[in-house]
Amino acid sequence: MYKSALDIIDLTEKYGCRICDVVLMNECKTSEKSKDEVRQRVKDVLNVMRESAKSGLNDSIKSVSGIIGGNAKKVEEYRKKGRTVCGDVVNKAVARALSSSEVNAAMGKIVACPTAGSCGIVPAAIITSGEIINADEELLIDALLTASGIGQIIAKNATLSGAEGGCQAECGSASAMAAAAIVEMFGGTPKMAFNASAIALKNILGLVCDPVAGLVEVPCSKRNAMGVVNAMSSADMALSGVESVIPFDEVVTAMYKVGKMLPSELRETALGGLAATPTAIKISKEIGME
Amino acid sequence: MYMKGIGVFDVMGPIMIGPSSSHTAGAERLGRAARSILGEEFNKVNFYLHGSFAKTYKGHGTDRALVAGILGMETYDERIKYSFDIAKENKIEVNFIEEDLGEVHPNTVKIEFVKDDESKSFIIGSSIGGGSIAVINIDGEDVYFTGEYPTLIIKYKDKKGMISKISLAIALGDINIATLKVDRESKGEMATAVIETDHKVPENIIDEISKIEGVSSVKFIDAI
Ligand code: SF4
Repeated sequence: MYKSALDIIDLTEKYGCRICDVVLMNECKTSEKSKDEVRQRVKDVLNVMRESAKSGLNDSIKSVSGIIGGNAKKVEEYRKKGRTVCGDVVNKAVARALSSSEVNAAMGKIVACPTAGSCGIVPAAIITSGEIINADEELLIDALLTASGIGQIIAKNATLSGAEGGCQAECGSASAMAAAAIVEMFGGTPKMAFNASAIALKNILGLVCDPVAGLVEVPCSKRNAMGVVNAMSSADMALSGVESVIPFDEVVTAMYKVGKMLPSELRETALGGLAATPTAIKISKEIGME
Repeated sequence: MYMKGIGVFDVMGPIMIGPSSSHTAGAERLGRAARSILGEEFNKVNFYLHGSFAKTYKGHGTDRALVAGILGMETYDERIKYSFDIAKENKIEVNFIEEDLGEVHPNTVKIEFVKDDESKSFIIGSSIGGGSIAVINIDGEDVYFTGEYPTLIIKYKDKKGMISKISLAIALGDINIATLKVDRESKGEMATAVIETDHKVPENIIDEISKIEGVSSVKFIDAI
């Protein structure tokens, strides 16, 4: 089993293959399942992702607490009017990321990827980038395998949980996973993919976890939108040949150490950051969650 | 996160009903653990919520997830949102009580089943992150298992050779032991063994273990 980006890059060079191939090979070995069985399970994951990234675009979804909802639909309608700052691709991705996160907050079905709070980033990234190159289902499955490979390395050497590492560990990791997936989908090399992941994670380093009223809604939902845009621009940079000065493995270690330095108030306890603002306290009181 | 050798579906998964793996998926699995440990005959369930569970259960839907769990729904069941109505249709009364359960994980709940004849039994369990759970107490007795594997809970009188007899019976059933933990009140008193296995343990093996001299009870809980 690989433990680092370096291990994966070595394996891809040894076998002349992509990151997703290494990840698939390893999963088959450790789970004692065939390639087809693993790919079928990834397909199930993909289908749930497609649904969650879509259902908020047409219907206004309200969260259980009523704090958030309806934003995916707003962005989608705005995009359709044709006059936006970031253009179609970015706005589509943003709307999709918001959609999954609204579905999650409304007790709908999602895939925690890597967590429920950050569930909008990877689906929005691979579906939206896939559309540009008319990616077929197999390529989207490959992309999800690539993304999981990045997540496995972060889980091994750092953490994927906001309670342990802050939001950099959830939305930061999701963004890094998505960035590499896009690069491989676009035919970039494994090295480029890890450059994209490194850039994406560096950009979110230090982000705290401060959910208002302790709920996975504010700021989580919009951080999903940020996470996908960050992934896409990092992927573009890497595909153009831009490299990360600090290699991915070192960024992951740095992320873990930063997480350790974060006081517990900024790790999911809803005691600091945005959760401690007057407005957040007022909202918590209103919904009886103080 | 299930940390054991992090597979790809631990990273992209579980497929679940939102909004939080520890407050919904974990809660639902705790409910399901209670059902599989305490049985399916109950008409009233009391949930004693501790710590973060007590503080945020309404906004996170932890209450609906717990009820879905005792009704046997899976983590990805879209009916979780409507579990209160389904409980009502099945004439099951549910109550939520905020309670300090002591020095336990912040996401802990005591789930008490009440039967027709008013007899009660309970489990205490924690949602320890990423949808993983730990059952820490059954009817007042401390235990620890995660429900990730099929689990045997065996009570017996502490004396030499008991563990080897029990593990022999399991091995003869061609079942591999993943972990084994033993706890006893004091030397020569009653002891409890919690054994996690790689495969489901069939009836006949459970029977064999019950027949071992000194064994007073055997409970099997399938993976949750
Ligand atoms: S703020 Fe916290 S709960 Fe929300 S997405 Fe980030 S890590 Fe998850």
